[in-house]
Amino acid sequence: MFQIVRKQELVKGSIIKFEVNAPKIARKALAGQFVIVRVNKTGERIPLTIADKDEFAGTITIIFQVVGKTTALMRSLNSGEFLLDVVGPLGKPAEINNHGTVVMVGGGTGVAILHHIAKAFKKAGNYVIGIIGAKEKDMLILENEMKNICDELIITTDDGSYGQRGFVTQPLEKYLDERYDIKLVYAIGPIIMMKNVCNLTKKYNLPTQVSLNPIMIDGTGMCGGCRVEIEGKIKFCCVDGPDFDGHKVNFEKLEKRNSLYLKDEKDSLLYSIR
Amino acid sequence: MLNQDVKYLKFRTYLNTYCPYCKNSLNQEIDNEKQIIFKAIYKGKEGVLKLSPYLDVFEIESSFKIKQGDMLDDLFCPHCNKSLVSHEKYCEECGSKVGEIIISAHTKLIPFFICLKYGCEWHGLTKADERKIKLKIPRQEMPEQDQKLRTQNFQEVPYGYTSELALLEAGRCLQCKTPKCVEGCPVNIDIPSFIKLITEKKFDKAAKKIKEKNILPAICGRVCPQENQCESKCVLGIKDKPVAIGNLERFVADYERKMDLVKVPVINKKINKKIAVVGSGPSGLTVAADLVQLGYSVTIFEALHATGGVLTYGIPEFRLPKSIVQFEINYLQKLGCRIELNQVIGNINTIDELLQNFDSVFLGLGAGLPRFMNIEGETLGNIFTANEFLTRMNLMKAYLFPEYDTPMPRGNKVVVIGGGNVAMDCARMAIRTGANEVTVVYRRSRHELPARHEEVRHAEEEGVKFKLLTNPIKYLGTDYNMVKAMECIRMKLGEKDASGRRRPIPIENSNFSIDCDLVIIAVGTGPNPIIFQSAKDIKRNKRGYIDVDTKTNQTSKKNVYAGGDIVTGSATVIQAMGAGRIAANAIHKSLK
Repeated sequence: MFQIVRKQELVKGSIIKFEVNAPKIARKALAGQFVIVRVNKTGERIPLTIADKDEFAGTITIIFQVVGKTTALMRSLNSGEFLLDVVGPLGKPAEINNHGTVVMVGGGTGVAILHHIAKAFKKAGNYVIGIIGAKEKDMLILENEMKNICDELIITTDDGSYGQRGFVTQPLEKYLDERYDIKLVYAIGPIIMMKNVCNLTKKYNLPTQVSLNPIMIDGTGMCGGCRVEIEGKIKFCCVDGPDFDGHKVNFEKLEKRNSLYLKDEKDSLLYSIR
Repeated sequence: MLNQDVKYLKFRTYLNTYCPYCKNSLNQEIDNEKQIIFKAIYKGKEGVLKLSPYLDVFEIESSFKIKQGDMLDDLFCPHCNKSLVSHEKYCEECGSKVGEIIISAHTKLIPFFICLKYGCEWHGLTKADERKIKLKIPRQEMPEQDQKLRTQNFQEVPYGYTSELALLEAGRCLQCKTPKCVEGCPVNIDIPSFIKLITEKKFDKAAKKIKEKNILPAICGRVCPQENQCESKCVLGIKDKPVAIGNLERFVADYERKMDLVKVPVINKKINKKIAVVGSGPSGLTVAADLVQLGYSVTIFEALHATGGVLTYGIPEFRLPKSIVQFEINYLQKLGCRIELNQVIGNINTIDELLQNFDSVFLGLGAGLPRFMNIEGETLGNIFTANEFLTRMNLMKAYLFPEYDTPMPRGNKVVVIGGGNVAMDCARMAIRTGANEVTVVYRRSRHELPARHEEVRHAEEEGVKFKLLTNPIKYLGTDYNMVKAMECIRMKLGEKDASGRRRPIPIENSNFSIDCDLVIIAVGTGPNPIIFQSAKDIKRNKRGYIDVDTKTNQTSKKNVYAGGDIVTGSATVIQAMGAGRIAANAIHKSLK
């Protein structure tokens, strides 16, 4: 049993932050790694990236968007309540080096994962440029945290309600045109966003890392549900990833795989409401 | 004379009886009722005496009234009218006169005596003779759920023996002086002894006898491939079918559990040494049980949220009920074994870190990394690995969706690729999810199917079809990237390969396609990878499995042992347990 120490609704009713008491995981977790959470006895196992950790308090932070039954159920939990199982840390940590200048691109809940990695890059001595985007102003998360980490921060919204209007790729392209010292791009967010970022950076021949979040069950390399095609070869996100070289990922197949259970998700959610 | 106690109504050993003088058969069948007919004289009157022709269970019927303890005057053959009363033999129980007839067993003629005193059971058979007759008892099969009904539920298929069936089956054992079956058992269970205890109706003692060597009899009795192990060596198997050792093992274990006879021993001895067991599958459980009973302090680390390893996530409920697995693990906990769930060793603690807190580490990681065939279209939707399909169904209980949250993979036309037990499990599971058609595609012929015969039979009974000598080469998808068909090629068998099986060779231009909307890939697994990312110093072989010293199961790292599938590749539950035992002994020896 893992107690939720603090709950915060980053976007009301939609994006929620938990600080969970898990001292063993907090001691080991590195940026880019994830945990698998099972809420209760009948629950499913869902992967959630560790958005932050506090070794001294013994807590890890997870941020999730409510999309299906399990996340809806988690929304209904309050601080002081418990998650039945939290397994981790899983996956390979992000490779953190001092490159000089790096660009961290995040979209939607992807910013949650991104900010942990950005923090690590900053700590390693990089000049960190952040570009974070959301659909609208209300959906933007972790703006202040990113501001504290990044040396420069650009914000975009699809509808222009805050920051620049448009997608994260537009300011990114500008940066790529203007600055020649950028050594690495990290892109985390919706698959379509990561795909577009990778298409863009390919033109500039710039190394790009992405963090994938596919369907997963055990998270230890046993089920193969999280398989993705990397350079035509099958890799497992849970043990070979979740971070991959974005230029090698087959995004089309990943997109299709991730939408497999949308209908079931809905059915399950309806069932639980009933 | 003969007892009326009728015990085994349906399963009795039939006796063929003959007159020793005229050699005519004394057996008669009237209105489907089988009898042995004699002429007899009782208190001066002549009458007809009818006996039921079964060993140990005689019924008596006579044309005159007869009382318990009374003696017949004489006994005649109804054909030649000669007196059957022996002048040399007398009853060894009560000293009365006896009638002598002949019975045949396996073409041998054996003298058989009938005591003339009513109620006396003596029949003068030596042990050897009795055995010869018992050879005629057919192997008893377990009663099973109806073929149609069982495809509608997830409950266990065989019901197990009743005590009557178990007694009868146990009676078939010849109690060989040098039992070959014990050699066939990877943990050398004293098989004749436990079977003898069954014949003496000491079922709980029989279970204890097995547990001296095997802590999980209820599980092994169900999932061990006995036909390749103990039962393959049984002498009876040469001419007839071997003793159903597995079924008997299962029976006594179930009996002990159901009758609540499992007692948790108090372990007085304490050894102040700590053992870490990584993985709670069969090998890990064995190591833990052995060492905790010796007095060590044992902690099991399990990566998933449930214990049991492959017993829990892999083998389906209808083959191995999860309540049994949990019962065995609860027993271990009662013995004092600690279990820590959700611990992915390698990530949360490396082996080196474990060694700081523990004196020895045992790695029973298992081989669960699914293999793919690396053909076009494998990332399409509704193509599952066997592990994902089974994990969803067994561990996550997707078959209870939406009560349980994990969605159940569904399809109307399901294809399972592979021919092993896992493939059979998947196919039978798919049938139970309501698929209209389930086909197993296997590249060799029926003869090479690696699955147990019993599993293949069960699958066929339940309606699973087999497409043999067929190999998929490509998957075709719909516009929504879901699988819709599979292109296959026919195969023929060529020369024998290293495994001794004939190598399948594709026949050119024999491509054809199979429509399907769900594919399950069950073509084997590799070693679980996570731990090796942080433990580079553990030596592994070419296939990625851990190299161990086969005498001690110690790895290349000091105080680190390994066993089970992570050493051998996919094997059986009992082999993993055998490996665990070797490691446990070695650990004890080195720490003592």
